[in-house]
Amino acid sequence: MLKLDRKDTLLLVIVALMTLAAPIILNPFPTGSALAQFNAGYPDLMQRFVIYGIFAIGFNILFGLTGYLSFGHAAFLGVGSYSAVWMFKLLSMNVLPAIVFSVIIAGLFAVVIGYVSLRRSGIYFSILTLAFAQMSFNMAYSVLTPITNGETGLQLTLNDPRILDGARAATGLPVTNLFGFEMRSTAHLDIAGWGFDFSVGYYLSAVIMLLAFYLSMRIFRSPFGLMLRAIKSNQNRLSYTGLNARPYTLAAFVISGMYAGLAGGLLAAMDPLAGAERMQWTASGEVVLMTILGGAGTLIGPVLGAGFIKYFENIFSKINDSILHQWFSFMPDGIEDFLVTLVHPFIGKGWHLTLGLLFMAVVIFLPGGLVEGGQRIGRLFRRNKAGDTASPATTPAE
Amino acid sequence: MDAIIIQILNGLDKGSAYALIALGLTLIFGTLGVVNFAHGALFMIGAFCAVTMQKLLTLSTQTIDPEKVDFLGKPLVVDTPYVVNWFGPETGAAIIDWAVPLAILLAIPVMILIGFVMERGLIKHFYKRAHADQILVTFGLAIVLQEIIKYFYGANPIPSPAPAVFRGSLDFGVWIGFEANQIIYPYWRLVYFAFSAVIIGGVFAFLQFTTFGMVVRAGMADRETVGILGIDIDKRFTLMFGLAAAVAGVAGVMYVPILSPNYNMGMDFLVLSFVVVVVGGMGSLPGAVLAGFLLGILQSFASMNEIKSLIPGIDQIIIYLVAIIILLTRPRGLMGRKGVMEG
Repeated sequence: MLKLDRKDTLLLVIVALMTLAAPIILNPFPTGSALAQFNAGYPDLMQRFVIYGIFAIGFNILFGLTGYLSFGHAAFLGVGSYSAVWMFKLLSMNVLPAIVFSVIIAGLFAVVIGYVSLRRSGIYFSILTLAFAQMSFNMAYSVLTPITNGETGLQLTLNDPRILDGARAATGLPVTNLFGFEMRSTAHLDIAGWGFDFSVGYYLSAVIMLLAFYLSMRIFRSPFGLMLRAIKSNQNRLSYTGLNARPYTLAAFVISGMYAGLAGGLLAAMDPLAGAERMQWTASGEVVLMTILGGAGTLIGPVLGAGFIKYFENIFSKINDSILHQWFSFMPDGIEDFLVTLVHPFIGKGWHLTLGLLFMAVVIFLPGGLVEGGQRIGRLFRRNKAGDTASPATTPAE
Repeated sequence: MDAIIIQILNGLDKGSAYALIALGLTLIFGTLGVVNFAHGALFMIGAFCAVTMQKLLTLSTQTIDPEKVDFLGKPLVVDTPYVVNWFGPETGAAIIDWAVPLAILLAIPVMILIGFVMERGLIKHFYKRAHADQILVTFGLAIVLQEIIKYFYGANPIPSPAPAVFRGSLDFGVWIGFEANQIIYPYWRLVYFAFSAVIIGGVFAFLQFTTFGMVVRAGMADRETVGILGIDIDKRFTLMFGLAAAVAGVAGVMYVPILSPNYNMGMDFLVLSFVVVVVGGMGSLPGAVLAGFLLGILQSFASMNEIKSLIPGIDQIIIYLVAIIILLTRPRGLMGRKGVMEG
């Protein structure tokens, strides 16, 4: 089906089911209960899951396959956001032209940056992309203020032309829509204490994410993907066989830049404003984190990583000392207070500390990310099972 | 003419900071072959050593002065720093005034210790792994260090003044035959420049004229042969890591009066210092220093109004632009050696 083998089809179907049922799966706790704060099934957060999922999938096509570590990918995200907002301002509040436009612009941008940066590899490539991203960030703040609106960020205003929507009398700021379906409209469903939100914006992003995922699957399994892997494993040998690696790396770079632009456009479609801080190098670092954490070079890894980071960012930022006191209240008072002070630096505003530690731990102990972790655990179980059934036969052959 | 001299002078202090950080980065890269993304965080920790010193020196006892009253009519509570109690009012006040330079005494052991722990505890295990892994793990470490500092000192910049003697400005123009008040330069920036020149000279002299430095240089050139000769090069390289951390630390300490430190200042300097290292040539110490000063001065020229009106926004991007041009035309950098990290 869909030109995929059975295993990949199964993976795609599972991901599709999970994404489409996410509003239900991510709300396992009843609305009023104490655990409701762990629910992630509200539109805003779910949108971020899938959008950053797209971003990470794209980054993985570059980093996971070719091994080129770009530290400037957020620039494409920012460019995508800016172009989408400009489309909303000039043309129409329909998200379709905005998203298409943001992908195209980010792609063009990626061609230019990629053409220059890919002349070098290794750390030089990382530093070049970092330099380009910082340059774009600085320019967005200073010279390009007419386009980017500087520190305030680009926003919609009442007197934007909006050529196609001109006939509609605007009362207040218009909202982004897809042929009349407003992005922010949400269907709420209450079932015996559980509340589920099904939002148009989420489902649009989710469908696009699935398409993006399918595309990346096809790239991974294609001869082109194989070529990219060859570049990662040994670029010298590849060029000795008479193949020029640069067109392939440039193609990978542009594709991943377009993915980032798509993510940026979607971010703007969900909430039509764009700021330069989206291009800052900490944002580039974040997508690297997501990809590594999930597992670079694997299909599902980046999506997992993006979901993991965005979920825990949300949860950790919400927890405060009084919640901690509730959790540890079964302990004696002294120990309770001690535990709370111990955990305190890692929660709330300390989320970045946890993130940094987690990231270091992953790079040190689990370079393959969550996917490798899962595989290790799986292998452990399988070995145990094998050991139970045929333990006498496992003596080494030597 | 005077405008040009002013810009060169303005570029010197920033250039000094870039040069010092880039020097440390190059030392680490040249000896251990590790790309250290946490080096900016070391600079930042150095700056916070100065803040800590200031806080330590102004630790106070509260005494009630029965003779004076505050505006509510209660007896006045007077804060007296311990140093004032110990050394008498004049010496005490002078010590507090000199908190920033004194912080170097605190910063050197602290930074060497941090460098030591970092190298032995973390970096050591990454020698054999890919450069990408080194970048990633030190990047994670930079986030952690930054967040720890943020946790203890908050997110706002903490100003710490220079000693009163250096607070004014020098009328540099009259020395070289200009009218008064044409070329004015703050004393502290001059101090910073002189200080960094001393540090840079010290590091070079250490590497050039001591046996230890000779062994380190030999190790940079050919690590294996030095090992075969029976020298424990790893131990010396660990010490060099500590030294590089200390250089970044004292650079941070002295920079405090110029720029009030906050927890993410390291990241800003790190990105620029990497650019400096690349422009100077990966693994070349003189290249790093030269490129540091060059880019600092270039940046201050680009921020002149005349040039900004010609090419708007050039001051924001000049360094990156230069780096891109250099990397594309001369990938080895200005003074890089052939064969060292040509990617």
